[in-house]
Amino acid sequence: MVRLQVQKVLKRYGRLRVFRDLEAEVRSGQVLVLAGRNGSGKSTLLRIIAGLARPTRGRVVFYQDDRALGNEERRRLIGLVALDVAIYGELTAWENLSFFARVRGLRLAPEEGARLLSDVGLGGRGDDLAQTYSSGMRQRLKYACGLLHRPPFLLLDEPGAGLDEAGRTMVERLIAQQRERGLVVLATNEPREVAYGDIVLHLEERP
Amino acid sequence: MSELRAWLAAAGAVCAKDLRAEFRTRYALSAIGLFAITTLTVISFALGPFGLEQDLLAALLWVVLFFAAMAGLARVFVREEEAGTAPALRLAAPPGAVYLGKYLFNLALLLMLEVLIVPLFVVMMGLQVGSLGLFALVLLLGNLGLAGATTIIAAMVSQASARGALFTVLSFPLLLPLLISAIEGTRSTLAQSAAAGIWPSLQVLGAYAVAMVTVSLMLFPLVWTE
Repeated sequence: MVRLQVQKVLKRYGRLRVFRDLEAEVRSGQVLVLAGRNGSGKSTLLRIIAGLARPTRGRVVFYQDDRALGNEERRRLIGLVALDVAIYGELTAWENLSFFARVRGLRLAPEEGARLLSDVGLGGRGDDLAQTYSSGMRQRLKYACGLLHRPPFLLLDEPGAGLDEAGRTMVERLIAQQRERGLVVLATNEPREVAYGDIVLHLEERP
Repeated sequence: MSELRAWLAAAGAVCAKDLRAEFRTRYALSAIGLFAITTLTVISFALGPFGLEQDLLAALLWVVLFFAAMAGLARVFVREEEAGTAPALRLAAPPGAVYLGKYLFNLALLLMLEVLIVPLFVVMMGLQVGSLGLFALVLLLGNLGLAGATTIIAAMVSQASARGALFTVLSFPLLLPLLISAIEGTRSTLAQSAAAGIWPSLQVLGAYAVAMVTVSLMLFPLVWTE
């Protein structure tokens, strides 16, 4: 049982206030959608939740079985897929998967890697360099890398961006599977993706 | 124990990934190697006829190695930021393991550079090495400290806009004690010196490397954030 709380989070860049006093709570089996126009701070909030950026004020707390998690535990339990978070183009898909598994302290068997790639529609392309992939294929590989450690906290930024219809269906399936394993936080302004949300946090335009 | 093993495996994975990517792209190797060879050729043609003193040649060797290192070692983190892979690495790998992996990669680059450039320098500039073993030891200890300092500085400057200039400007004062000891140590290994007075230099180089890597491992989690 996992839970995530956003507690009165404010973010400023110098004098520019991106958002303030944001609050939300999401639990296992639920999807929290961060919605809003371009520039409303959805991706910034997602990066704060991931621990990749610091809030100016407020905090984000992760719980597992009602125990608050420290930064290092949190890092291990997060999976992030975002357009601006890249995979290694100089490595093959299999090498990317194997690298991310090893730095997470996991051993990835070849058949497990093949299954992961097949799950995201890249079956048979594991030995190709990632830089030879189309943007949609790279996005699919990011899903494989982001999910290989079965994270209970899955963070998605514009999850369907760059994907074709089959890819968007894959995202729907992965989100449904993630509900069984933990929770999802996704940032989007696509109506179809907003509809996945059990809780929708609307980020308003700055006054 | 298994935690430590996983941490070391993560560091090994970071180093192996960087080596694999480097052998496929050769960005850093080309930059360092070409800089070193060009510099050496220019120095050789410009100063060769004057027959520089051996003491000066020891200093010149480290000047070439220092600036060659400046040309390529910052790539280790800059490449992650430019390619957009840094956030994925921040989330996936323990920070200390990232530092250690990058440190080992930079160390490997420096060793490859020296395998290429030091024999050329000896031949082209007429450096007369007395004790080959001690000469290699000074180079190795110098590399350990040079890689330790440049790796943490590369992490610091990787998110800045004027990375190249900042890297050299920040590196020089931090590396000055190392360079002075490395030059002194190298002088002591030359034929004319017969290894006299080399131990203080070796001690400083060893202590510098240990202190730099230890402090860097402690500071790196603070540096390795957006």
